[in-house]
Amino acid sequence: MIALWRGLAPRTRAWLAGFLALLVLTPLVADRYLLSILTLIFYFAYVGQAWNLMMGYAGQLSLGHALYVGLGAYVAALLWVYFGVGPWLGVFAAIVIAAAFGGAVGWLGFRFGVEGVYFALLTIAAAEFTRIAFDHLAFAGGSGGLFIPYEEGRLGQWWNLRGGQLLFYYVALALAAGGVALVAGLTRSRLGYQWLAVREDEAAARALGIDAFRAKMAAVLVSSAMTAVGGVFYAFYYNNLFPAQIFDIGRSIELILGPIVGGLGTVFGPVVGAFILTPLGEGLIALTARLGIDAPGMKAVFYGLTLIAIIYVRPSGVWPWLARVIGVTERVP
Amino acid sequence: MRAKLPIPPNRRHVLIGSAAAAACLAAPAIVRAQAKSLKIAVLLPRSGYLAPSGQSCHRGALIAPKVLAEFGHAVDLVHVDIESNPDVARTQCERVINDGAQCVVGAFDSASTLAMAQVCEQRKVPLVVNIGAAPQLTEQGYKYLVRNFPTGGQLVTNGLKLINDLLAATKVEPKTAVFLHANDTFGTAQRQAMDRIFPTAGLPFRLLDSIAYDPKAQDLSVEVTKLRALNPDLVLVVTRAADAIKLVRDMVRQHFEPMGIVSPGSPGLYDEEFYQALGPLADYPIYNIPWANPKTHMTQALEAAFKPANPNFRFAVESFNVGFTFEALLIAADGFKRAGTTDGPELMEAIRATDIAEHVMIGSAIKFDAKGQNVGIPSAAVQNRNRTPTVVLPASIATTAPVLPMPGWQKRT
Amino acid sequence: MLHPGHEESARRTSMIWSIYVNVVVQGVLTGLVYGLMALGLSVIFGVVRVVNFAHGEFAVVGMYAAFLLFRSLGLDPLVTMLPIAAAFFAIGFALQASLINSFVGRAEHEQFILLVGVGIVIANVLLMTFGPDARPANLPYGFDSYLIGPLIVDKVRVYSAIAAVAIAAALFAFFRWTATGTAIRACADNLAGAAVVGLNVKRLYAITFGIGLACVGAAGALMVTIADAAPSLGPAYTLLAFIIVIVGGLGSMAGALIGGILIGVSEALAGFIIEPSMKSMFSFALLIAVLVLRPRGLMGRRA
Repeated sequence: MIALWRGLAPRTRAWLAGFLALLVLTPLVADRYLLSILTLIFYFAYVGQAWNLMMGYAGQLSLGHALYVGLGAYVAALLWVYFGVGPWLGVFAAIVIAAAFGGAVGWLGFRFGVEGVYFALLTIAAAEFTRIAFDHLAFAGGSGGLFIPYEEGRLGQWWNLRGGQLLFYYVALALAAGGVALVAGLTRSRLGYQWLAVREDEAAARALGIDAFRAKMAAVLVSSAMTAVGGVFYAFYYNNLFPAQIFDIGRSIELILGPIVGGLGTVFGPVVGAFILTPLGEGLIALTARLGIDAPGMKAVFYGLTLIAIIYVRPSGVWPWLARVIGVTERVP
Repeated sequence: MRAKLPIPPNRRHVLIGSAAAAACLAAPAIVRAQAKSLKIAVLLPRSGYLAPSGQSCHRGALIAPKVLAEFGHAVDLVHVDIESNPDVARTQCERVINDGAQCVVGAFDSASTLAMAQVCEQRKVPLVVNIGAAPQLTEQGYKYLVRNFPTGGQLVTNGLKLINDLLAATKVEPKTAVFLHANDTFGTAQRQAMDRIFPTAGLPFRLLDSIAYDPKAQDLSVEVTKLRALNPDLVLVVTRAADAIKLVRDMVRQHFEPMGIVSPGSPGLYDEEFYQALGPLADYPIYNIPWANPKTHMTQALEAAFKPANPNFRFAVESFNVGFTFEALLIAADGFKRAGTTDGPELMEAIRATDIAEHVMIGSAIKFDAKGQNVGIPSAAVQNRNRTPTVVLPASIATTAPVLPMPGWQKRT
Repeated sequence: MLHPGHEESARRTSMIWSIYVNVVVQGVLTGLVYGLMALGLSVIFGVVRVVNFAHGEFAVVGMYAAFLLFRSLGLDPLVTMLPIAAAFFAIGFALQASLINSFVGRAEHEQFILLVGVGIVIANVLLMTFGPDARPANLPYGFDSYLIGPLIVDKVRVYSAIAAVAIAAALFAFFRWTATGTAIRACADNLAGAAVVGLNVKRLYAITFGIGLACVGAAGALMVTIADAAPSLGPAYTLLAFIIVIVGGLGSMAGALIGGILIGVSEALAGFIIEPSMKSMFSFALLIAVLVLRPRGLMGRRA
């Protein structure tokens, strides 16, 4: 960690520290609406970062990452509802199970040479399969949903994620910051360099003696485990889970928009992407309301057009460009 | 809330920028003085996969202020599209409360409703659920949530009772039935209720099987083939908007003619497209659901306001969504009148003590139990006749007698 | 279930047998139409190598186009299928030449975002134009069926299946026996070589995209006879098309149709035997199996 911090240029450090401080202090002046948006931004920055690890660094396109969100959410929620096991403990079970699924998907893919679009479809199939399976799991509520009770007496038990907006704001912020630190650390490690080598040219990497299979599996395992933690947060933030919602392919797509728009394979890309897209969505709602346009769907049209524009103009993401503008360099090896 | 551009790169600019940002973000003062009208935010899924129902409810919300005024209530409505997405529901709920909404009505989709419940509970703003059948909505312990809509269990109980009444009224004796339902939140809630309640409901026929179909299915031909194989006398269905059309269409094509199609409580069989797509084939299914009481003044006023505002929609077809949405707003307005204040906790207390004798849907007064659930919402047996939903039971409000068994498909012109 | 006597049992067995045949036949017919839709994707992906994640949305536009023509002019989708296909060809050609061309060869995730954006725009423009309710094309023969012995087959399914096969055959002929078709196949097989021998690759790509979209448009027109048009159907169709293309084999036209049949039948049988709400699970399991064990699909060429 310290080594990471020392490795940054002073300018970068100033920006980073300032930004973090701003976010930590925001609740003092911000209203709940802004806090709820920021919480959402942090959540998407975190899961986007987890996905970024697998795609941006290890080069494996996963379009079914909602699978891990859902698994993490359901495992932690089930443990709480049935056994009273709090999320601070349940998260470990969530990580194990999600990583197991991720490992299975990874093993199926890598062992059998399933790549590119085909691998992406494999991930979609895994997520959809699990979604329908959960629709039929009676003990998890099936398609009727799983509900976490609201217990006033427990308010304040932050380790059980029982609390108000402020609690979730800081937990989400911690997750997002932790995610950034984790990815930054990993990518500067030996494993990180192996990932880059495999991503650029797997055959050459193998020739150099890198165990590509292990490197890719590591990426999938860490990515899925990380994502599951986001799922645990989600379950206790919303207190209700429906397979059709949480495993939905729309969610898988939603969580990868941020990292792609922000900048794949960069440490801050997912964060920037989340900070662009979530306010964009909310802002468009406010804009269409102010313009008096009462056409449901209009906001989504603008959103889609913006996505097209962004990927057209800045295909490698907004962050690399932004970093240049503010004079910060991210050491992209 | 405005999306801000990146802060320019200069230390002084950064400081000034942060201060300015902080000033902009300061919480607006929420007026809690003696307001003349109640500001209610109506959050509905008007886009996304629940759009058909959301837009139908929206039509009810649009005409509500005028009708409520006729009965002495002043409300000021804010309409929000939650896009069938709980994330949006949550942030938009925060936003509308920021903008001064003193009460929230919504949201048809249980996941979104619960997302909003988190916010309303924390901010002490009453949430009145207009439509939402997941039983757990009023079981989770929220103090700021009331629901004026039957749970899946109540719908099924009332629905099965009405089936008994139907059989008695038409002297029909089916021996077997199959229960077909969509495998979504609502359908599963109904299925769970059926599994629990049917064995003790005292119905004269046997339930051969319960079939769950994929709500994303393009057609129900396989399901109908399965029905054909089982050959029940009655088909009990829980469908969603577009599925009922597919069901009947495939039944016609496969020449499957049960004695009757009866729904213990679900949408689909009385949608406008159902009538338009099927013509005379749309007649005779029966659905047991709460329905607008044509005899009350409020219903008549609602219908009178609906017609000019919605020339392309029939009130008879929309009365379910429109009626319940209107009633939710009525409950909020009535609570406001009795509380005399828009203060959250007091308003909520008043709402919990609701006792409205005359309203829109059939049944006795609107009242909530300790959990915030209205347990006294009865169902009526409504049958499609001449492509119009027609109440056939209970006899006190029926406009015509029920017809069972239904005439064969080929015999209809 | 019931326990009838011996004669009853024999009658029931034959009845159940006929029911299974019914299910399979319906599955085949539906699958052929889905196969046509997948054909468009196979052509686009196989040649231009662009992953069209808005594929389903284009099919839905085709459905609405046929629906509109039917509602306003009373024209049967089986007839309007051809002008719709022609229009889609033009759209596909223009789209590829303008927007998509700059994305050919780019990373998959970029294509993905582009087409996801396109898909969102299309779906919501449809929502705003037509409203969220499902729109059926109420064909006069929409409720009729053919009775062939124990078989009950929907007329609409028979007609659309025949049309789907006809279009696929026409396409096959085009790729096999025309100069342009051969040139396109050359691009798919060996891009560098094709450029070297002087083929106008850009133009051929645009033609191919046009053909792919024409298939989709035609398939959409056919689908509106068996399903109702709704704005939210896009993603499900996209996924379906991908599953069929993978199972059937990329770059194989017969593969797309056979894949369609296979998926149609397996889903129908799975729905019938197990539980209808689980039938998609079966398709996804099949997809995973194919991806892992035989990635080139049933009839795809070895890469």
